[in-house]
Amino acid sequence: MELLTFKKGIYPPHNKYLTEDKEIIDMLPKEELVIPMLQHTGAPAVPVVQKGDRVLKGQKIGEANGKISSNVHSPVSGTVESTKQIYTSFGKKTLALVIENDGKYEEVKYPEKRDYNSMAVDEIIEAIKEAGVVGLGGAVFPTYFKLMPPKGATIDTIIVNGAECEPYLTGDYRLMLEKTNELIEGLKILLKIFPNAKGYIAVENNKEKAYKALKDAAKNEKGIEVCYLKTKYPQGSEKHLIYAITKREVPSGKLPLDVHCIVQNVGTVISVYQAVVFGEPVISRVVTVSGDAVKEPKNLRVSFGTSFKDAIEECGGFKEEPVKILSGGPMMGISLSNLDYPVSKNVTGIVALTKKSTDLSDETSCIRCGRCIDACPMNLMPALLDNLSRLNRYDDFKEKGGMNCIECGCCSYVCPAKRHITQSIKKGKLNSKK
Amino acid sequence: MSETIYTASPSPHIRSNITVKTIMRDVIIALMPALIVGIYFFKMNAVLVILTSVVSSVFAEWLWEKLTHKRITIGDLSAVVTGLLLAFNLPPTIPLWMVIVGAFFSIIVVKQFFGGIGQNFVNPALAGRAFLLASYSTAMTKWTVDGVTTATPLAILKTGKGTLPPITDLLIGNIGGCIGEISAIAILIGAAYLFYKKIISWEIPVTYIGTVLILTLLFGRNGFYEIFAGGLMLGAFFMATDYTTSPVTSKGKIIFGIGCGILTAVIRRFGPNPEGVSYSILIMNLFVPLIDRKTAPRIFGEVK
Repeated sequence: MELLTFKKGIYPPHNKYLTEDKEIIDMLPKEELVIPMLQHTGAPAVPVVQKGDRVLKGQKIGEANGKISSNVHSPVSGTVESTKQIYTSFGKKTLALVIENDGKYEEVKYPEKRDYNSMAVDEIIEAIKEAGVVGLGGAVFPTYFKLMPPKGATIDTIIVNGAECEPYLTGDYRLMLEKTNELIEGLKILLKIFPNAKGYIAVENNKEKAYKALKDAAKNEKGIEVCYLKTKYPQGSEKHLIYAITKREVPSGKLPLDVHCIVQNVGTVISVYQAVVFGEPVISRVVTVSGDAVKEPKNLRVSFGTSFKDAIEECGGFKEEPVKILSGGPMMGISLSNLDYPVSKNVTGIVALTKKSTDLSDETSCIRCGRCIDACPMNLMPALLDNLSRLNRYDDFKEKGGMNCIECGCCSYVCPAKRHITQSIKKGKLNSKK
Repeated sequence: MSETIYTASPSPHIRSNITVKTIMRDVIIALMPALIVGIYFFKMNAVLVILTSVVSSVFAEWLWEKLTHKRITIGDLSAVVTGLLLAFNLPPTIPLWMVIVGAFFSIIVVKQFFGGIGQNFVNPALAGRAFLLASYSTAMTKWTVDGVTTATPLAILKTGKGTLPPITDLLIGNIGGCIGEISAIAILIGAAYLFYKKIISWEIPVTYIGTVLILTLLFGRNGFYEIFAGGLMLGAFFMATDYTTSPVTSKGKIIFGIGCGILTAVIRRFGPNPEGVSYSILIMNLFVPLIDRKTAPRIFGEVK
C-alpha cells in the first residue's frame, strides 16, 4: 500500500515502545490545583470566581476575553484558595487560581445528551466555545475560531491529525484505540459544520492497530477516509499533513483555510464530541509521561492544575536522575527548569531524559555538509539562515525565506557540528518582526 | 520553587549521533584501501610521506590554534584527512621537508587564515599540492614504478613517448603516479563505503567523471581508459566532494561536477600539462558561492 508523506524530513528513533501498550489511566487530582488563566493561544481568560468561592467540577472559572481566547473550567469541586502569578510551561506569565480540592467531585449540572444532527451550526460552535476546546496537539489555538472561517472561504477537507510524529508521545495513539467511536462522531460533528467537506483521519504507519481500528469503525461512513502515513518527522506538521493528503501547499504566510483545509488533532476532535453531545468542558487531557528517567512510563489523564511533579510521582518517580524535563516531545518540546509547573491544555507529554538520551554537546563550526538542507521540510537553507540571524542581517534573513520556518528542529537534529540552528532561526524570526 | 534545577535549553533535545568527528573518521576509513595500495607499490617512501604529511598537518593546526588562543580542534580529525589527502596527491619520492612545507601551507594559509574548519574557500590539500607544484616542479613530477623512474599514463598520452600500461594496471595501481591515486579499484572501494555511510552523494562524482568521459570521447580519445588515469578517481570521490568547498544543494553539485569535468577534459586535451584534476577542482571551488546563491531550493509554499 502506498504511504502518504511529504518531501525531506528526518527519522529520529521514536521510542514509543515505552508507553504505546499502556492504557490511559485516570489520575486522581491532588489536594491543590494551580489553574492558569492562560492555557491557550490568544488573550488570557478573566477569572469569574473570587478567593473564597466554592466551585464545582466543570464550573467555568475563567471567561474567554476577546476574539481569540478560551474559557477555563475547574477540574474539581472545592474552594478558590488564592490567586497568583505563575509562568506556564510554554513560557508565558499569567494569573492562576489555586483551588483546594474537597475530594467530593460534585459536578455542575450538564445538559441532557444532545443529538448533534438536530443542532444548528451556531449551536454546535457555541457548545465548542463554551467548553473551552482548544487544539490539544500542543498549539492550543481556540477550536471554535478555526471552525469559523471568514465569509467566502470554502472548506472541502477536514483532517484529523493522528500522526503524532513526536518521539515518546503516545497519547493520541491511545485515544485512537480507546475512543475510536467518539473520534469518528467528533469528526462527523465537524463535517456537519462543513457539509461539503470530506473527512480524513491520518495515522502514521507505526500505529498499525489504531489505523486498523479506525478503518474498521469508519467502514460505513461515506464521507470519512482513513489515511496511512509514512512514519517520518514532522509528519504531524499542519502544512505537511495537508500536503501529504491533498498535495496542496499552504502558500507562504497563509493559513490552511487558504487551501480549503482545516486540521484538528485527535484529542481536540474527541473534546468536540464531548462538548457538543454532553456539554462537558475540557478539564483534563491525556499526557504521556515517559523518558528513560521515569520509573514506570504511563499514559495518564491528568486534571489541569496538577503539577509536573505529581504527574511524575504517579509514574513511580525517577529511576535515574534526569537532566532535562520536557513539556511535550523532544523535537519541539520546552525544557523546564523545575517540576512546579502545572499541567495545562498544551502539555502533550512530560518527558524526562537522562544525560545519555539527550544531547548537550557544544556547537562547533558549520562544515557546509548540507544535511540541514536535505532535512528541512520547508525546503529552506537552514545553515544560511542561521548565519544571517547571527549576523543580525534580518532583511537578508527575510529575503531568504526565514519567516517560513516551522521550528520543527530537523536542521539541528541532523547537524554534525551540533549547531543550534533552530534556535538561531527562531531568534531571526522574532527580530525580523520588530 | 523546587530545589532541583534541570537544564533549560532550546529544542530539539535529541540529536543524531553523527558528528564532524564521525564523518572525518569515515573518510579516513574510506581512504584506507588507497593507502594500502600506495604502500604496497611505493613501500617505505609512501609510509614516510604519509606519516610526515599527517603529523605535520595535525601539528600545524594545533600550533596555530595554540598561538592564536583558539579552541584546539585537532580532535575533529579534519587535519588528519587533509594530511592524508595531501600525501595522496604527492609523488612517493618527494623530499620530506617539502611535505612539511606543503602541510603547513594547507593547514595554516589555506584553512586557518580563513577561519578554520568550514571557512576555507578552496580545498586545503589541493591548494597545498598546487603550491608545491608551483614551487618544486621537478620533485613534484618525478614518478617511479618499482623504484625505476617512469612516466604516468597521462604523460605518455601527452608526449606520445613510451608505451601505455594496460587498463588492468590502472585499476590495480601498478603505474606511476601520486601515492593515493594509482589504484582505481582501491578508490572505488573507499567511495562505496562513503556512499554506504551517506557521507557523499552521487551528484559530484557521477557528473564529474561522466563529463570527462563524454568530452574525452568527443575529442577522439579513449575516454574509458582516461577516466581511470591520473587523479580523476581520487579527485572526483574524495576531493571535489569536500563539503566546505563544494555546493550545498543537489542542483549546485551537478553544476559543480560538470564544471570540474569540462575543465579537466579541456586541460588534459589542450593544456601544457598532462593532468588537470587539481586545478579544475580549485577553480570550481571559487564558483561555489555563486552556484549556491543561484541554486537555492524552492521554498515549500513559495508563490512566485
